[in-house]
Amino acid sequence: MAGELASTRAVSRTFAPVRTPLLIPTWVIIGFFLVAPVLMMLAYSFLTKEFRGGVIWEFSLAAYDQFIFDRGLFGDEPPQIEWTYIVIFVRSIIQAAVATLLCLIIGFPTAYFIATRSPATRSMWLFLVTVPYWVNLLIRTVSMKFLIRDNGPLNEALMGLGVIGEPIALINTDFAVQLGLFYSYLPFMVLPIYASVERYDFALSEAAADLYANRWTILYKVILPIVWPGIVAGCILVFVPSLGAFLAPDLLGGAKNFLIGSLIEEQFKGNAGNWPFGAAASMILLSLVLIALFIYARRQARRSAQAA
Amino acid sequence: MSEQDIAIDVRNAVKRFGAVTALAGVSLTIRDNEFFTLLGPSGCGKTTLLRLIAGFEEITEGEILLYGEDIGTLPPNRRPINTVFQHYALFPHMTVAENVAFGMRRLGWSKADIEDQTGRILDLVKLGDLAARRPAQLSGGQQQRVALARAMAPRPKVLLLDEPLSALDLKLRQAMRIELKQIQEETGITFVFVTHDQEEALTMSDRIAVMSAGEIRQVGTPHEIYEAPNDRFVADFIGETNVLDVTVQRGPDGAWHSRLPNGAVFPCEAAGTPPQDGAAAHVLIRPERLSLVPEAESNSGLTGVVDQIVYLGTDIQYGVRLDEGPDVLVRAQNVGSDTTSFRNGDRVGLAIAPGGARLLVD
Repeated sequence: MAGELASTRAVSRTFAPVRTPLLIPTWVIIGFFLVAPVLMMLAYSFLTKEFRGGVIWEFSLAAYDQFIFDRGLFGDEPPQIEWTYIVIFVRSIIQAAVATLLCLIIGFPTAYFIATRSPATRSMWLFLVTVPYWVNLLIRTVSMKFLIRDNGPLNEALMGLGVIGEPIALINTDFAVQLGLFYSYLPFMVLPIYASVERYDFALSEAAADLYANRWTILYKVILPIVWPGIVAGCILVFVPSLGAFLAPDLLGGAKNFLIGSLIEEQFKGNAGNWPFGAAASMILLSLVLIALFIYARRQARRSAQAA
Repeated sequence: MSEQDIAIDVRNAVKRFGAVTALAGVSLTIRDNEFFTLLGPSGCGKTTLLRLIAGFEEITEGEILLYGEDIGTLPPNRRPINTVFQHYALFPHMTVAENVAFGMRRLGWSKADIEDQTGRILDLVKLGDLAARRPAQLSGGQQQRVALARAMAPRPKVLLLDEPLSALDLKLRQAMRIELKQIQEETGITFVFVTHDQEEALTMSDRIAVMSAGEIRQVGTPHEIYEAPNDRFVADFIGETNVLDVTVQRGPDGAWHSRLPNGAVFPCEAAGTPPQDGAAAHVLIRPERLSLVPEAESNSGLTGVVDQIVYLGTDIQYGVRLDEGPDVLVRAQNVGSDTTSFRNGDRVGLAIAPGGARLLVD
């Protein structure tokens, strides 16, 4: 162990850095396809809207104003807080949080199960987890819709078994949306947790059992703290796309309860056609996510500084 | 022996992994306050036996008693036995003090008692000033001490040690041997120590069980195991041994002798099954019980030619090709004088120290 420690510390730096010229394509791609669109959105959010899509290059705070304040139908009443969009945001955060929790509850045991199989069968299990994702997200979401509709296989089966008397209304509910999000993003939870459990040394569980810990104590005091980074990574990878998702809310929630994703989609594709407003909503969403991640990173840094 | 004197009583323990039999019916008693070593080559079942006692593996057949109480079916967290793991298995997210306190916390000790005992144990292993460090900030030797402190802190009835010194370098390993033995004597905890290193076993143990192929070959004090191995495996595994084919011959005084094919006869001790007069047998002689003498002075009738000289520092080891029989090793202390040393190609006789030859019947 001491040897390993020493050798990781002493890793030669000669092979560590990638030569700068080799990085040029990476920087170009990231700059062009990642940074530039975000900057464009940021710019659009401060421009004036053109009816039926597009923008007029004229500075305006109207988009943000519309998000936060209600000034009446003709914009001449005293400003009041506009709750519509805030409610949509809060609802979206709740939906994404529930989906993340569902993913965690199902994903952790799945990842743990795979990581504890023999090395030969692990790759088969991982493959099976990713198989549904070879099919397009839209098709998967539509098939989910067929599965859970009132006269779909799920309700038929439950009625056939006599568990329920009449179909449970699943489709077009919040739960259907959560289920859809859960199904869409489960592998993003399983894979990072798998990666950290796979590196976990199970001798630590034996040591804990040897020192009088029961199964739950081993899980809470030893396994979870050690695989924590994988859990956090999985939660971020599920929560963030769930927050902006629009397919599952549209198809499974029946667009009854508007979510952020659908709101933004409407501004660019739908009838609303308000690009600056869509861009502003995106920017607010992005800022919230970044602030949350930043606070988390700060707390982690402080905690590890305390430990050292 | 009363029940109080027996710490662990293993009765006919069998462990199978699928079709593989790791332990083939092992019976063993380990005494209270004893430093007991399970010694054997890798794959001999010594670690499996340790894991059965700890509770990490389920016993297939047989019983394990701890001070008279059957613990064979209890999970590891309900056995008052702690383990020092080969690669330490320290909790990386906890400090040294938290690692040491882990077992006591689970047992529900009071905060004051835990603090007290943590301090005392860390002082015992000389880590008092490193209590706030994380395992990753410690050297291998220090991690080893933390593992020992963590296992001893909850005052187990028996401490199991699974090759705890194997990851340390030689100097540290030698120092730790003496320290472990001292700690065992100070605390009075029964130690069950697993190793494949015969030197380690000989230096530290009160008694040793030599294992091979899932069975115990011999149990005894280091002295008994080394001086009086009761089969060839034990003799070969513990130290180096010369084996000669001989014929058993009973002397006029009733003592046992070995007759070499060339007719030479020398006295020897009988081990294990009493030999039959005139039967074919082996004789075992440790290299350090042989010495090189001028050919005419041999007391054994063994003669040959020096064909290898290996300088070992404290010792010099000679390889001698016998005129009749196999090559043998002879080990002489390096006393630094040239007058007694022999050269390659010299014809020599071999002298056997009194009691140095041991007769074995297969």
